[in-house]
Amino acid sequence: MQAKRTIFPNKILPYMLLVPQLAVTIAFFIWPALQALKSSFEREDPFGFSTTFVWFENYRRLFVDPSYLNALGKTAIFAFSVTLLSMTLSLILAVAVNRVLRTNRLYTTLLVWPYAVAPVVVGILWWFMFNPTIGIAPYLLRGIGISWNHRVDGTDAMILVIIAASWKQISYNFLFFVAGLQSVPNSLIEAAAIDGAGPFKRFWTIVFPLLSPTTFFLLIVNINYAMFDTFGLIDATTNGGPNQATNILVYKVYADGFLGLNIGSSSAQSVVLMIIVIALTAIQFRYVERRVQY
Amino acid sequence: MKKLGLLLSTGIIAALAHAPQAAAQTEIAWWHAMDAELGKKLEEIATGFNESQSEFKVVPTYKGSYPETLTAAIAAFRANEQPAIVQVFEVGTGTMMAAKGAVYPVYQLMADNGEPWDPSGFLAPVTGYYSDTDGNILSMPFNSSTPIMYYNKDVFEKAGLDPETPPKTWAELETMSRQIMESGAAPCGFTSGWISWVQLENLSAIHDQPYGTLENGFGGLGTEFTFNGPVQVQHWDNLKKWADEGLFQYGGPVGGADAPPKFYAQECAIYMNSSASRAGVINNSKEFEVGFAPLPYYDDVTTDPKNSIIGGATLWALNGKDPEVYKGVAQFFTYLSQPDIQAGWHQFTGYLPITNAAYELGQEQGYYEANPGSDIAIKQITRGTPTANSKGIRFGNLTQARTVVDEEFEALLAGSKTAQEALDAAVERGNQILRDFEAANQ
Repeated sequence: MQAKRTIFPNKILPYMLLVPQLAVTIAFFIWPALQALKSSFEREDPFGFSTTFVWFENYRRLFVDPSYLNALGKTAIFAFSVTLLSMTLSLILAVAVNRVLRTNRLYTTLLVWPYAVAPVVVGILWWFMFNPTIGIAPYLLRGIGISWNHRVDGTDAMILVIIAASWKQISYNFLFFVAGLQSVPNSLIEAAAIDGAGPFKRFWTIVFPLLSPTTFFLLIVNINYAMFDTFGLIDATTNGGPNQATNILVYKVYADGFLGLNIGSSSAQSVVLMIIVIALTAIQFRYVERRVQY
Repeated sequence: MKKLGLLLSTGIIAALAHAPQAAAQTEIAWWHAMDAELGKKLEEIATGFNESQSEFKVVPTYKGSYPETLTAAIAAFRANEQPAIVQVFEVGTGTMMAAKGAVYPVYQLMADNGEPWDPSGFLAPVTGYYSDTDGNILSMPFNSSTPIMYYNKDVFEKAGLDPETPPKTWAELETMSRQIMESGAAPCGFTSGWISWVQLENLSAIHDQPYGTLENGFGGLGTEFTFNGPVQVQHWDNLKKWADEGLFQYGGPVGGADAPPKFYAQECAIYMNSSASRAGVINNSKEFEVGFAPLPYYDDVTTDPKNSIIGGATLWALNGKDPEVYKGVAQFFTYLSQPDIQAGWHQFTGYLPITNAAYELGQEQGYYEANPGSDIAIKQITRGTPTANSKGIRFGNLTQARTVVDEEFEALLAGSKTAQEALDAAVERGNQILRDFEAANQ
């Protein structure tokens, strides 16, 4: 079948139509990124009076700094846990909602609401619920003998931010999984059922592989979310503490740059963070995408 | 014809509408970090100045917390959009003083604009903290505080303690807290905000222990931290011991956002924080009676506790504005120093009366008799003769150093370090921060 190609007569118009979007992208993404790249090679005082070019000094200092290495570790744990937790739970919920015939619209709506809440607000909500003095969760936990204090215990703090971050992302993943499940042809499932496959086997051999494009997409989105969009959450709950237990890379960029006023180091960290995420995405495309069945 | 008439009348109306703006006031932007009750009071002061004259208009803007306000001002300065006045907390003093091109020193500002300027009228600890090595004051004192102790008189009575006798020493605090807990009057003895400020910086000053070399940093950028001495280690050991027993509860890093609820909910009977928490304490303690007391000290270390040190903030004038604006800033600063303005601000907020005249005015008004505990702060900060160790501290990037102190304190509480190890680590990491500051400000 021949696809008809429309020849667009005007040569300039397409570019002119692109210009607004490009302008926004350049002004708000490319230019600051280049600024950060430039700053990462300099050391300057907060007010910008004396700027010295220091080559890779900022980068070198990062990799011998124990608190940066700690941040790398914490980010890895955080990103992995959030992705795993939110994708698993949302898949379970999507499968469950898929089976319900009549009220699945209601469930879908309710389950999607958390996504509309801004990360900072999420952080404050969870801060309230888990506050050692006035929170409901520690109160209940004390009843079963667990003393909760995320102000002092680093593990408690990490658990808190993982739960809060996953909670928000479950809605987003859920929506995509529901859409993905709809596209699995019912005839395949029925055929498998007739052949005697149980629900588990049906899920793992038919549904899950057909969901793999969605899963792959969500994997990338979730990791990006965990590494970039969770700044507001950390800022509202633990501020990277206690004792750097939740000092993930994106928070450390803020803390060193804005609170510590060390712009060179902060820029270097943001460049490294960008490289890490690009690398992760590239790796995923190279290796994981092979297993995706379209 | 009709159209021309319409056009003409529109033009005349537009011109008339613009006419009053020809006599526009010079606007003075003032960025501050005072929220809630404090912010409202601050806006009243600005309005008062605006109404007292017609040449200038001070426009206050709340920029967030102290660190956020400082960051915003620095970013604005780099974009040439800086305000005329910015309120910077005492922790940012080192950074501001080192930024000679950005700052318009207040003593110079006042002299250049012919406004009266008498440093001796200010409270001695205030001038000591904010002067440079030549004795000139670089920023306008506005809201200085010092930490004091608030306690729950009702809980004291329930525990069988005399509500009019707060603990004077740490030993007494320990015994009283234990009694409070054992009698069931409250589940916790005491909590504290600003761990680094109250439980390390002020501890060192009160017990005449050095915080850093070169006169606690006043002498130059080559200073090093020395707060891992025996007194500080002993105190942190005690805090850890008391935390394990439940006598002390940690309220979080930096300002300690979890500490006030513990006191307001009557969970902890005693609460150490800035004297400027007074407004919040009074507002939130409607169900119990609050007592005020100076901070406790170790009587086995010293029998002559020195003064506590300053917290709070000052107002800095930033360079790069028109001379007209600075004329207004100078007049505004003169307005702020008036005894009744200062006394009104101090009495409402719990900040110290910055000028001796404001303190005397309060005494004449009988304010301190009518409000018991309202002069604890000023008595504590003027107690004894200040030494080099109790004059205050001045370090660059002190915000970062304080974060380090908070982190090591959390490590101590989590049991992963002893007090000596935690303080040693804090000194080591802090010195690294100081060296960075020195290098960046060559």
